[in-house]
Amino acid sequence: MTNEGPATIEAATVVKPQDARLQMFAEFWHYFSVNKGAVIGLFVFALLILIALFAPLLAPHSPDDQFRDFFLTPPAWQAGGNAQFLLGTDAVGRDILSRLIYGSRFSLAIGFVVVTSALISGVVLGLLAGYCRGWVDTLIMRIMDIILAFPSLLLALVLVAVLGPGLVNAMIAIAFVLQPHFARLTRAAVMAEKNREYVISAKVAGASHLRLMLVTILPNCIAPLIVQATLSFSNAILEAAALGFLGMGAQPPTPEWGTMLAEAREFILRAWWVVTFPGLAILITVFAINLIGDGLRDALDPKLKRS
Amino acid sequence: MSLLEIKNLTVSFDTAAGPFMAVQGIDLSIEPREVLAIVGESGSGKSVAMLAVMGLLPNTATVKADRMAFDGVDLLKLSPSERRKIVGKDISMIFQEPIASLNPCFTVGFQIEEVLRFHMGMDRAQRRARAIELMKLVGIADPEERLSSFPHQMSGGQCQRVMIAIAIACNPKLLIADEPTTALDVTIQKQILDLLVSLQAKYGMGLIMITHNMGVVAETADRVIVQYKGRKMEEADVLSLFESPKSNYTRALLSALPENAVGDRLPTVSDMLFEPAPSAAGASA
Amino acid sequence: MSTTVLEGKNIVRDYHIGGGLFTGPRTVHAVKGVSFTVDKGKTLAIVGESGCGKSTLARIITLIDPATSGELFIDGNKVDIARGGLTKEMRRKVQIVFQNPYGSLNPRQKIGDVLGEPLLINTDKPAAERRDLAMKMLKKVGLGHEHYNRYPHMFSGGQRQRIAIARALMLNPSLLVLDEPVSALDLSVQAQVLNLLADLQDEFQLTYVFISHDLSVVRYIADDVMVMYFGEAVEYGSRDEVFSDPKHSYTRTLFAATPRADVASIKARLAKKAA
Repeated sequence: MTNEGPATIEAATVVKPQDARLQMFAEFWHYFSVNKGAVIGLFVFALLILIALFAPLLAPHSPDDQFRDFFLTPPAWQAGGNAQFLLGTDAVGRDILSRLIYGSRFSLAIGFVVVTSALISGVVLGLLAGYCRGWVDTLIMRIMDIILAFPSLLLALVLVAVLGPGLVNAMIAIAFVLQPHFARLTRAAVMAEKNREYVISAKVAGASHLRLMLVTILPNCIAPLIVQATLSFSNAILEAAALGFLGMGAQPPTPEWGTMLAEAREFILRAWWVVTFPGLAILITVFAINLIGDGLRDALDPKLKRS
Repeated sequence: MSLLEIKNLTVSFDTAAGPFMAVQGIDLSIEPREVLAIVGESGSGKSVAMLAVMGLLPNTATVKADRMAFDGVDLLKLSPSERRKIVGKDISMIFQEPIASLNPCFTVGFQIEEVLRFHMGMDRAQRRARAIELMKLVGIADPEERLSSFPHQMSGGQCQRVMIAIAIACNPKLLIADEPTTALDVTIQKQILDLLVSLQAKYGMGLIMITHNMGVVAETADRVIVQYKGRKMEEADVLSLFESPKSNYTRALLSALPENAVGDRLPTVSDMLFEPAPSAAGASA
Repeated sequence: MSTTVLEGKNIVRDYHIGGGLFTGPRTVHAVKGVSFTVDKGKTLAIVGESGCGKSTLARIITLIDPATSGELFIDGNKVDIARGGLTKEMRRKVQIVFQNPYGSLNPRQKIGDVLGEPLLINTDKPAAERRDLAMKMLKKVGLGHEHYNRYPHMFSGGQRQRIAIARALMLNPSLLVLDEPVSALDLSVQAQVLNLLADLQDEFQLTYVFISHDLSVVRYIADDVMVMYFGEAVEYGSRDEVFSDPKHSYTRTLFAATPRADVASIKARLAKKAA
């Protein structure tokens, strides 16, 4: 029973705002850390960020240096390997390890830029659609449906073909393709929150439409968006790699992982390492981020139900 | 012999903030043909104790008891599959939200017949005949037609009647009703309470009413257990509980009823300087 | 001499339900021509079962939804939100408290911001003054200064309902609509909140419209009672008139169905059972 006599109010510890935040974070961490995979994913992702930040210090060579005497050198532990090139070299004698380390910068940048732009445009559209309903909703959501009706890679490919190949255009294309997912999710969340009593209370208190949308409703819709953003992050990396592989993304000699795969295409049978390591890098990154996404979903969803 | 006998039942849940004791050392027994009400406010552990008997608690719960026997069978020693044969057949339960308790994908007829097939092993024709009989028993008009309705086509009161039909389908010896009328309007509440009490008398079932509503207690119970924060505060027959409540808590609850208001303001529980005394549980048994 | 704060004349609300594939469009009459007046400092209770239109009427009185037809006067001024905008002055005169204490507070807003928001939107008061007023109001509803910086999930249901009442009072409204304010609360907490509402009414001369399905609560708090049944006001009069001499058969059914927790009726029941 909810006993709220004076004694209980007195006895309850006085909580400062920072402590309240801290407590919320502690609770979040409790639920997140139950999922061991998510913690491992977070660890790997943190490592990746460190690698990207300190790439010049970590990489043994410049990513573009060509060692003319060492074309297609196998990894160090194989016969014919060279300790100088831990993971071997590619067809023009560049160190694969160094290229992978520098490549992590591109992958993370692609993830951040794509997710941020898709998130912002998707949230704005979803918020408008969910809040206004009526013809605004129909117009926005039908356009989103059309975007979703295309196979995403194909649409991105068409956009890049129109805009011209290159990393920036590839990012724009991918953001465009991912954005309807955010719009839909935001719209669903906004529609659920819009008729909750606290929103009506704010309305009765005289809040304007803009204030209701941005200050009252939006902060209560972010939990599913965070989960979607994490999962889109890995999606963006994957699609950028696919575009790179098809020659429509980052252009050589950029050490982007997908582009590295594309360059290695003709040597797949002769030199397994030129395709395996970039492939592994993509796999590990995407896997780690997906694990984090799962953990976030577990940690944030019951929270939503409790509050 | 008691129909259900529980000694020193303790239930705790694992939570982020450590173990939470929902039920702390409750003793309880119910005789055949008796209506027992368990009253308490939210968080008093009144539902949890009964869910523990039914074996319906989630994995995070730890149930301990010195004795938990139904009709002479020790429930603590049964395997889960043996327990399932008793739960749902000899003990059955109805819940607060009648519409949510029925599966929206199947007709009510199918859901009644499913219980009959699982526990009674009846054939098709027998099941249908029994289902119609049950629907008549719980006061649903046109039972033949109503069997093929889906839950969303019925009102809350009708859904609760169907839930009762399912609960009494196998002639249980004990029926547990967890806030059966809280989600319903007063006029419907009256009908459902009358139905439950008349079925109880007709079939000689034991009936446990879990409720927070003192009015429901007064209208149905023979004997009452008052619970607060997982402990038993008082146990008494219904008349003496309302006439001369022994524990402070019961007295406070009764005086907080708006119909008992004397003067301008209501006395509240904290006004009564209420202290939950652990010994109260043992003293009243 | 008492002044009328709220007057409704022949209020009607229809909902149009668009036709499906096989069914034509329908019109549902949620409220069918209801009239009432409430004087300053008094409480009108609207009683009825689910679907009787009492919550629809509450939303019309609170100026959330427009009425299909009929006239609504607040403090003597005619209000029609369907035609012509609603001035801030009118908006702040009516506030509402909802049934569900868990849904009526924004989970991401601290209590201080919950209380300060109405002032921030409607007045030019500086932050320090808003804070002082919010602190004072917290005290009024029986909470303390230490609650100012907490989030809603740290409070019990009764405390949240106190906060919702405090928020509604921040703008000094003349009319407070209470939509089942104690139905979701435990008995002992219900008593505390009812007492608080009575105290506040005395202190600020507040006018209440109290929506409820619980007759015992209504009998305790109301001055006038209106019983609604399928969108119609089947019974309307002072509390004593309605409770001592119900005219309509539905009102009598309602009274008969309400469980009685007094010793005499328990004795009667037990005697009947023994016989």
